[in-house]
Amino acid sequence: MYPVFFFIFAGAAIAFAVNLLIQRHPIYSALSLIGVMASLASLYLMLGAEFIAAVQVIVYAGAIMVLFVFVIMLLNAGEEERTHRSRLVRHIGAPLIVMLLGLITSVIYREFPEDAMVRFGDFPGQTASIGLRLFLDYLLPFEVVSILILVAIIGAVVLAQKES
Amino acid sequence: MALAALIYILIKIMIVLLVLLTVVAYAVWFERKVVARMQSRWGPTRVGPHGLLQPLADAIKLLTKEDITPAGAFRLIYLAAPGLALITALMAFAVIPFGPSVQAGGIELFQISDLDIGLLFVLSVSSMGVYGIVLAGWSSNSKYSLLGGLRSSAQMISYELAIGLSLVGVLLLSGSLSLRSIVESQSGAYWGFVPRWNVFPQFVAFLCYLTAAIAETNRLPFDLPEAETELVAGYHTEYSSMKFAMFFLAEYANMVTVSCLATVLFLGGWQGPLFGPDWLQMILPLLWFSLKVLGFLFLYVWIRGTLPRFRYDQLMAFGWKVLVPVALANLVGTSLWIALKYR
Repeated sequence: MYPVFFFIFAGAAIAFAVNLLIQRHPIYSALSLIGVMASLASLYLMLGAEFIAAVQVIVYAGAIMVLFVFVIMLLNAGEEERTHRSRLVRHIGAPLIVMLLGLITSVIYREFPEDAMVRFGDFPGQTASIGLRLFLDYLLPFEVVSILILVAIIGAVVLAQKES
Repeated sequence: MALAALIYILIKIMIVLLVLLTVVAYAVWFERKVVARMQSRWGPTRVGPHGLLQPLADAIKLLTKEDITPAGAFRLIYLAAPGLALITALMAFAVIPFGPSVQAGGIELFQISDLDIGLLFVLSVSSMGVYGIVLAGWSSNSKYSLLGGLRSSAQMISYELAIGLSLVGVLLLSGSLSLRSIVESQSGAYWGFVPRWNVFPQFVAFLCYLTAAIAETNRLPFDLPEAETELVAGYHTEYSSMKFAMFFLAEYANMVTVSCLATVLFLGGWQGPLFGPDWLQMILPLLWFSLKVLGFLFLYVWIRGTLPRFRYDQLMAFGWKVLVPVALANLVGTSLWIALKYR
């Protein structure tokens, strides 16, 4: 049962990602990226990390991608032009990419034996335990990341100020 | 998972959806009647007794209207946006507990599923609801829609922050993200008669949540993005017939979701005095839940009938400069109290 779900969601993530590259209008690419985030959230859920899955949807798909979509709309980005420069690139590039992916896959299958693969439900992280770890063991990285976000906010405010 | 369990869950989903869509349809009737009475007029009276069949007439009208797609609209997104808005509005009901934990033959009767992260699920679904609006506004290829869609979605993401922060106070008190355990942590009473609902210790958070939720659902006094005098109809200007009906349903379903959440998180959910024979005691919690949700819906309609709307800059300033600091202060105060209590 679970391998079926895994292949559905992983396949959806790959399909959305490929669609993101193929689409000409940026808004469709942004929507495909939202699809990738949602598929990843489902994969996290199947691994047992429900808090991470919910936070992925809330932060990534629900806030960051909304800003991407805003920027695309406000800048009125149109369809990109395709310059049909080189047929060689298209005829050799695609098979080479497939070969590269096949090579990576075979190396992974050879190096990592079956029982080292991640199983479903492998990471049962209750929200309470994540919170405890975050505020007890990893307090310093937490505070440093919040300072980083503060720096980004200050930079945004400075950049958005009117010249007076 | 056994097939029987799957079928029972599907039956529960269908029942909840039926009840919910009926409640949404009659919420429209309720609003028209109450706002009319507040304005010294009757409201719908002709269709059925007291206008009770008015939602049916509205549904027939909306279904049979001509379906127009503006030229130059991005067809795929234009058609998908109302569906997205409605789906995210309805999905939040998968985790809301309507009654105590009663099991019949191994299946929960009064909740579709009790997720351990129930509250986060509702927040994530409402974050995705922004997309329905912003994509509808943009794909209609019209200035009013674009402006309305951008304003509305900017307002929604700003007030989502205030909602999230005001809910953390409740989380601190109940110690769990699961909605059912939050309700169960509100059982009992202080000094024997004042119920231990979260509205009493978290009154500031309650007010913050209500205000932010009214803004999140784009209702008066925060409905500038859809005000007729400002932006024709905002993001749903170019929509007609069933697609417009879906936006309408989505707005009222969001209202009902927010009312149910406020009941569950602050007002003790289904808890209330129980009396009478056994079968009555099974139904009474549902009755208390419905009465509380109805109270919040009435509050929504009352506020709509009374207050003028905010200007957009006043609205955004209020969300960022007033609600977020107040919610943060509430969070700090609650954490201090808990730390001192359990030191």
